[in-house]
Amino acid sequence: MENLFELLVAAFLVIAGIFGIVGSFGLIKLNDPMSRLHAPTKATTLGVGGVLLASMLHAAAFEKYFSYHELMITLFLFLTAPITANFIAKVHIHRQETRDTMPEAGGDDHWATHDTPEDEERRHASHTPPAEE
Amino acid sequence: MIESAATFAFACFALAMLMNLWKVVTAPDVADRILALDTMFINAIALMVLYGMALGTEIFFEAAMIIAMLGFVSTVAYARFILRGNIIE
Repeated sequence: MENLFELLVAAFLVIAGIFGIVGSFGLIKLNDPMSRLHAPTKATTLGVGGVLLASMLHAAAFEKYFSYHELMITLFLFLTAPITANFIAKVHIHRQETRDTMPEAGGDDHWATHDTPEDEERRHASHTPPAEE
Repeated sequence: MIESAATFAFACFALAMLMNLWKVVTAPDVADRILALDTMFINAIALMVLYGMALGTEIFFEAAMIIAMLGFVSTVAYARFILRGNIIE
């Protein structure tokens, strides 16, 4: 049983290390900014998840206590990774793309980050509230 | 066996962090820089948890939790600043 846990912890650690290094290697290797976004947000998050799982198993099997902190960290990281990725993609749209290079946003409008003050005025003008009787 | 696996993981994450540092320095645009900094935070969490595991203490988990929150908040604040020129409107 001890051996099985040892094998599991070691396997999780090795897998986590490989995922972590692949994520960061992808960050410097890939050419396109939006493909660079994929490597760290997915591979590195999985790598940290592996380390945290290994740590939890290690604590439960060898240190004789059960720790919940790792679950909290894992949950937090898995919840926040997509949000940060979304924000970084928005920054990319804001700085690198123009209205002409982006696909249609649907409807008669365009992507929110390309809004100009004139657009805002136009929108307000077309949505004026009905005059009070 | 766990010792050698932990050493391997330490080496991987340390190397990953060096790559991130390189990317922070040479990034072509600010979006890449934010991404590299965010990845650095995540790798720091992994290193911290590994260190706590190697020492057999629980103290580093609180530190890792705080680093995770700081990383998220600072990444969002940086991106928000680039997007709107303001963090809290």
